[in-house]
Amino acid sequence: MSPAADAGALLRVEALEIAFRVRGGDVLATRGVSFEVRQGETLGLVGESGSGKSVLCRALLRLLPSPPAQIRGGRVLFDGVDLLALPEARMREIRGTDIAMVFQNPMTSLSPVWPIGDQVTEGLRIHRGLSKSAARDRGVELLRAIGIPDAARRYDDHPSQWSGGMLQRAVIAMAMACGPRLLLADEPTTALDVTIQEQILALLADLQAKNGMAMVLVSHDIGVVAETCDRIAVMYAGTLVETGPAAEVLGNPRHPYTLGLMRSSPRMDEHATRLQPIPGQPPDLARPAPGCPFVERCTFARDACRHESVRLREVAPGHASACLFPESVV
Amino acid sequence: MWIFRFVGLRLLQAIPVLLGITLVAFLAIHLVPGDPVRIMLQGRASDAAVAEINARLGLDQPLLVQYGRFVGRAVTGDLGTSIIQRAPVSKIVTERLIPSSFLLAYATLLSVLLAVPLAVWAAARRDRFADHVIRIAGTVSFAMPSFWIGLILILGFGLTLKWFPIAGFGQGFWGHVRHLFLPALTIALFLAPLLIQSLRAAMLDAMTAEHVEVARAKGLGERRILFKYVLRAALIPVVTILAVNIGWMVSGSVIVEAVFSVAGLGMLLVHAVSTRDYPVIQGLTLVFALMVIGVNLLADVACALIDRRTRNA
Repeated sequence: MSPAADAGALLRVEALEIAFRVRGGDVLATRGVSFEVRQGETLGLVGESGSGKSVLCRALLRLLPSPPAQIRGGRVLFDGVDLLALPEARMREIRGTDIAMVFQNPMTSLSPVWPIGDQVTEGLRIHRGLSKSAARDRGVELLRAIGIPDAARRYDDHPSQWSGGMLQRAVIAMAMACGPRLLLADEPTTALDVTIQEQILALLADLQAKNGMAMVLVSHDIGVVAETCDRIAVMYAGTLVETGPAAEVLGNPRHPYTLGLMRSSPRMDEHATRLQPIPGQPPDLARPAPGCPFVERCTFARDACRHESVRLREVAPGHASACLFPESVV
Repeated sequence: MWIFRFVGLRLLQAIPVLLGITLVAFLAIHLVPGDPVRIMLQGRASDAAVAEINARLGLDQPLLVQYGRFVGRAVTGDLGTSIIQRAPVSKIVTERLIPSSFLLAYATLLSVLLAVPLAVWAAARRDRFADHVIRIAGTVSFAMPSFWIGLILILGFGLTLKWFPIAGFGQGFWGHVRHLFLPALTIALFLAPLLIQSLRAAMLDAMTAEHVEVARAKGLGERRILFKYVLRAALIPVVTILAVNIGWMVSGSVIVEAVFSVAGLGMLLVHAVSTRDYPVIQGLTLVFALMVIGVNLLADVACALIDRRTRNA
């Protein structure tokens, strides 16, 4: 990866701020989110439900309906081009070709009324202008590559005929169809059985290695991220609270929320210790308070945490935390 | 082929439905006061004459025997003889069946041609100007009674502009098309708003489906998403609503038939009921039931073509 990595970031998100206009005011879904994804690397985006991970992913592809969503500020640079400034027609060409996305629920990701194969190859026909028969040949290849047995015959099946695991494979094949350089995977294994989860993660890692594409893997499960990611970004209440190389962040967490996530998730390779839930609830995003957003749930909180503003600061090379007292996190 | 099995099963299911409908209709008619023979003889007949004609027509037999005879003959296509018109019921009904089914199919076609584009437009422009205009116009058109809309159309397009004939069935296919345009439009102006409203709602619902977002993430254009993903998914509830309303229209088009003097089944039914012409009423009931079953069968086939998950139901 080194020459590519040296060439700089494939995706660079700068101070992205997304708000939702709802009755009674605005809800800030993300505040000042900045991160980057290098060519061929996997970034794990972790956080609990409602922390803004999915909104962030959709915002990168400009899929958020507006209204109510509103991008208040920041830039999304893909290959140096600000996606937020592109006209919609140009953006449509990027969706599915340069950047593709895999969604959480494979059972609802495909239209129930069209054959699976046609949906998998639709991008090829639209973006690459493939004929129906050429698209079919390529589609059968794609289905075979993601491990669908008897792909030529099953091309015309409808989604109701496939299991969740197979459908998620089809959705992944659909995302891979045009050879994207960046894959956004939004909780791709959450709706699946644990045994299938492993297969899907292995499939993603395999495809990534073969195609040299970068990936943003969104998950609420820090275990999933630990297995597959090069770097990790931990999200809480619409902000990134810790970023860094996966081994570094998980081995030496420098934000109490990261630590809390690790302690509240089970690990198979260790003797069972009692899981510790993170107490309390995330803050109300409609009424942001000054100070650290995690303060109410933090066991290390001090007075300063309530009013001093927090931002990501480097605690070690390439490892940043938004905690005011990163050394006290143990 | 799945379709043969599908249609065959539906037809088998239709047999008990038909028996039930005709039995209920048969019993209901005979509970209504009024004696057809006395109506036919216009009150001047002696009791002996009435009894003799009753015996000749089999009307003195127990009801279940009469019903049994009716069913036995009906399966051979013989629906009996009209008491009043003294002609075979099957012939009387067939003559009326053609204009009525033509009108029904025509009205359905016009409704769909009106409703689908307007509903798609309204859904795509949700809560914008076009959406409001379509909705208000639909409500107004739906709220106006058919006989009144019919009269307005006769006045406007028939008498003033002279674009369309105002009565009758016409000669040949294109004659029918011209003559039945205004009555079909009258029905469509009632039916289309129903379809627009349900299709618009179903489309708005379908737009929130996750696979629509997935399609957008694939880089598809809004137009393609609207027609290929949203409209298709939204059609099923609308086909069902359409089928129910056509079924209702089979006998409910009598007002429109009366306004435009179309000699259809509805007019025949009103006449038969008022003269207690049992065989005709009985035959019409059977024909209406068959038509309703046929319409529903078509709707089921349409649903099965749109979404194959409904094929096993």
